[in-house]
Amino acid sequence: MIEKFLNWADDFLKEYRQKEFNFNIRRILRKEEINEEELLFLLYDQDDNNLILMAERSKKLTERYFGKVINLFTPLYLSNYCLSGCKYCGFSVENKIKRVKLNEEEIIEEYKAIKSQGIDSILLLTGCDRINTPFEYILWAVKEARKYFSEIVIEVYPMEKDEYRILVSNGLTGVTQYQETYNQKLYEELHPYGPKKDFWYRIKTQERAIEGGVFEVTLGILLGLNDPIEDTFKMLIHAKYLMKKYPKVEINISFPRFRPAGTNFSEKVKVNSKTLLRLIFSSRIYLPPLGITISTRESPEFRDNIIGYGVTKMSAGSKTSVGGYFRERDSGIQFEVEDRRSVKEFVEVIKSKGFRPEFTNWIKGEIA
Amino acid sequence: MGFEIGGKVINNRLFVGTGKLPDYSLIKRMYEDLKIEVFVVAVRRINPEKDKGYSVLDFIPKGATIMINTSGARNHKEAVKIAFIGREITGSDWIKIEISGELKYLLPDNEETIRTAEILVKEGFKVFPYISPDLITAKKLEDIGVCAVMPLGSPIGSNRGIDSEILIKAIINEISVPVIIDAGLGRPSHAAKAMELGADAVLINTAIATSKDPINMAKAFNYAVKAGRLAYEIGLPEEREFANASSPLADFIKSID
Repeated sequence: MIEKFLNWADDFLKEYRQKEFNFNIRRILRKEEINEEELLFLLYDQDDNNLILMAERSKKLTERYFGKVINLFTPLYLSNYCLSGCKYCGFSVENKIKRVKLNEEEIIEEYKAIKSQGIDSILLLTGCDRINTPFEYILWAVKEARKYFSEIVIEVYPMEKDEYRILVSNGLTGVTQYQETYNQKLYEELHPYGPKKDFWYRIKTQERAIEGGVFEVTLGILLGLNDPIEDTFKMLIHAKYLMKKYPKVEINISFPRFRPAGTNFSEKVKVNSKTLLRLIFSSRIYLPPLGITISTRESPEFRDNIIGYGVTKMSAGSKTSVGGYFRERDSGIQFEVEDRRSVKEFVEVIKSKGFRPEFTNWIKGEIA
Repeated sequence: MGFEIGGKVINNRLFVGTGKLPDYSLIKRMYEDLKIEVFVVAVRRINPEKDKGYSVLDFIPKGATIMINTSGARNHKEAVKIAFIGREITGSDWIKIEISGELKYLLPDNEETIRTAEILVKEGFKVFPYISPDLITAKKLEDIGVCAVMPLGSPIGSNRGIDSEILIKAIINEISVPVIIDAGLGRPSHAAKAMELGADAVLINTAIATSKDPINMAKAFNYAVKAGRLAYEIGLPEEREFANASSPLADFIKSID
């Protein structure tokens, strides 16, 4: 099914590029719901004054759905073992970095260290490696995380529906899986082998996770790999498809920009901050109930200024090495963090913007 | 002007939701300065670890009534579990059943709400179901033994006011448990309208929380709720299309040839 939607998006985008449009931006922004042509108009627009109008509309819609609240979470890398050879990633199997995997005792230490900062939502990450970090390892980590955190999201390798079901009954609340790029040809070039190679299996991860019972899923593209408008447009079509098919599930998107990762890969397209703002505002205006996540890949300046204008979830105090909250390890990093401020410092920034930093976003206890 | 609800006497008919507030410390000010008594807190937002400064429970004054809500629940099974967890953490048995049928308009799933109410009433909760304004649903809930029904005025956060007046009015006319208008009231005049229609209370979240000045906006709603209620109690004049002569002259005109 999703194949049909993405093929349609491909054709629609090609057709759109051939046409001349002269939409009235104010009229678009007054609409309760915008269509795909209007979305593309917003994505392609280059006028700064229009961008300011989009920011205001985005702010209103975000407040309506999410209030004056920023949800906070912290990522924890459990392992950097990986079997995939993704050309842009610091954890690629071809990268000669020290491979580290936290054992049970170390995971508990890291959980406690993260919890002591007040954090109640955690994102657990590994590389794409079922041998070094098998399902049972992830299951143990989720079960243990439930003792400390209310919201537990994983960003690991794509799994089967039944595996998600077991994880959900042990405390898993969400699944994050970045498609990186929605351009299949480019995807296959960038992911030449390993578990991440299969474009369609990966793209259907969220659906398997939802059918396994998770409450929320996150989609993402890595900005810098491809034309950001193509990837954003297709990601939003994917998000809308999921919203219609699974109306009770919270759908989030994320726009990480490429950051140096200790590989010799350099980004093909530079995505500047103005473009990123346009992608965020357009997404909010097209799909108002969508969660939008911004990580510490972005600079403090960008992060501080985007509060209130579309973003709903932000990571804080993040480390992209394995562990690192309780103990630093020589493990290499998946990418460089740009915002190195502590949770406490960032909380103060959120408050100063008139927003409430929210640590708790799910129920601690057995629901599913 | 107090009224009995959920086994308590509540003096302020303005109930306030806390989920979208920019700062939980506003709750205390609303309680102390504006005498707002009922605050709705989503269980999914309650950090059970109290006294560390980041649980909403640390900000709710003693004496205020906490109405917990089940938002995030997708069906009756989840809603029931959330209710039990919420009661255990907060000690409050006032539960707003909120089961989203979908997340775009945030409309509730009335059918699952009825199933949840059946269970929670038996379990001794004080049940406040949030529903799409449907009289038949409201009647079924009344029969089950809920403390009030909470029909939406219009979708959550939409600020459209009472978009479904005829349906709301049918519930107010036919149901004997209190009716609380929940969701969609964006302006004090919307709240006044709800009270004039005969609602027993209103619940406001977005309009206060996302205002530039939440305390004064809550104050404005407070006035509106009181004004609307007072007018309802006195009895509102009927609306007429044409002028209705009320002067003694009318009698004189009719008495002469």
